[in-house]
Amino acid sequence: MAVLAAHNLHKSYDGEEVVAGVSFGIAPGECFGLLGPNGAGKTTTLRLCLGLTDPDGGSVELMQRPVPGEARPARARVGVVPQIDNLDPDFTVSENLLVYGRYFGLAERAIRERIPELLEFAGLTARAKSRIQTLSGGMKRRLTLARALINDPDLIFMDEPTTGLDPQARHLIWERLKQLLAAGKTIVLTTHFMEEAERLCARLAIMDRGRFITEGSPRELILRHIEPHVIEVHGDGVTEWADGEAGGLATRLEKSGDTVFCYAADPAPLLASLSRRTELRYLHRPADLEDVFLKMTGRELRD
Amino acid sequence: MRVFAPPSMSLRFVPVWRRNLLVWRKLAIPSILGNLADPLIYVLGLGYGLGSMLPQVGGVSYVAFLAAGMVCSSTMNSATFEAMYSAFSRMHVQRTWDAIMNAPVDLDDVVLAELVWAASKSVLSGVAILAVVWLLGLSHSALAFWVLALLPLIGLAFGALALAVTAMARSYDFFMYYFTLLITPMSLLCGVFFPVEQLPPAFQAIAAFLPLTHAVAIARPLLLGNIPADVALHVLVLLAYAAAGFYAATILFRRRLLK
Repeated sequence: MAVLAAHNLHKSYDGEEVVAGVSFGIAPGECFGLLGPNGAGKTTTLRLCLGLTDPDGGSVELMQRPVPGEARPARARVGVVPQIDNLDPDFTVSENLLVYGRYFGLAERAIRERIPELLEFAGLTARAKSRIQTLSGGMKRRLTLARALINDPDLIFMDEPTTGLDPQARHLIWERLKQLLAAGKTIVLTTHFMEEAERLCARLAIMDRGRFITEGSPRELILRHIEPHVIEVHGDGVTEWADGEAGGLATRLEKSGDTVFCYAADPAPLLASLSRRTELRYLHRPADLEDVFLKMTGRELRD
Repeated sequence: MRVFAPPSMSLRFVPVWRRNLLVWRKLAIPSILGNLADPLIYVLGLGYGLGSMLPQVGGVSYVAFLAAGMVCSSTMNSATFEAMYSAFSRMHVQRTWDAIMNAPVDLDDVVLAELVWAASKSVLSGVAILAVVWLLGLSHSALAFWVLALLPLIGLAFGALALAVTAMARSYDFFMYYFTLLITPMSLLCGVFFPVEQLPPAFQAIAAFLPLTHAVAIARPLLLGNIPADVALHVLVLLAYAAAGFYAATILFRRRLLK
């Protein structure tokens, strides 16, 4: 039984279709990743799933309830970590949790009993009485995650949970998300960090211009869409090399700035060619999700 | 979208109201002193200063006349400030409303909470001024206690109107228009500083439609120990402003935030 199911969702703003026919289902215990460049429609899709805006077409079932019709009781079983920090700046760390628990109609005592374990989980026990302004970016994110868990939700939506964090803080968040998955929670994650998606998500979809353009496990997507070897080449004369010799050796070539990305099933001929061109520097690596993402959504900037 | 649906009223607004109360409690004393300072300056400066040069107004000293006006306009100002600047901060700057709406609380609940909160805070302001009025011996009648029942009505009416303005605001600057075009004229036209009857007939006609006129029309006789005339009419006007303002605010907030 799906904890979240979307059928053919549509949403337009000022004549522009931001979500253009999106369908998906999420099973309990799964970590589903929603990847896409800025403006792909990820956040709007989440808002539709939470019943915070009405779709122009299609339907959503969240925790087996129709949304937006029964969005409120559905949200009682859901936690949300929003993209923009919206902790309450007037309160301390533990007051933030207390006040948020009241929005769920939880009993005062139940909330107060739950706060210490959430602070422990977020590594904020020593900061219980600190004001929000004194917290680092990583602490604020952890507190936002703890706040999303106040109602012990079955499903957690996370909208770019590690954007703007340093590597230490990011790894700690990933660690916590894995703990939640191990405890049987379902997670829906939007991100544009491929590493994050590869580490956490059993299944993911790449979204662009309001549509899901591909869907599968990270491995499947790499196997399906991309050659297994990537050689990144740069240095003087790389364009000439790419236009000439390399063309016949790589399955596919992509130029981005002064770097040429060569995709190939068999890297040996390319490496042989490069060994004769000492002015070119190169990096040979296995293909990853980022290669899939860039192939599917293009390399041009999105604003 | 159910933009024009009537506001859904439920007790779910209570935790949101309590959130605002908890913030206020941290700053209660400076907040109450701030609420008192402005009207006190008017009562002392205008009431005793200007009043000493005036004959009796409406059969009483000017400062006693002014007291009811100050109670009403302070309550109006307090509700207006809270529902504009503070609500806008919570909605737009701090994104507190977004966080609340991810919980099982709807936008209508948040708007109702902001209205009731603005009214609650304005009642505190009104009570503070009323206390000063009693301490200065400007009112001797037990009828004055009935003003306590009027204060929430004033708070709801002006809180609701201000919330509708907040729903349209893009920045804090926008609120200046509302103050310049409505709140300040009301302070001058609605019988706060002098009887409405002193105005030219055209202005009296305008004043008859403004909510503050009706608040003062109830408060002044009560503070001076008389039973006000046409209480039902005045109460209905204030209730109508509260209801219309709240409905307009709900529609405007839905269009802004649920799109």
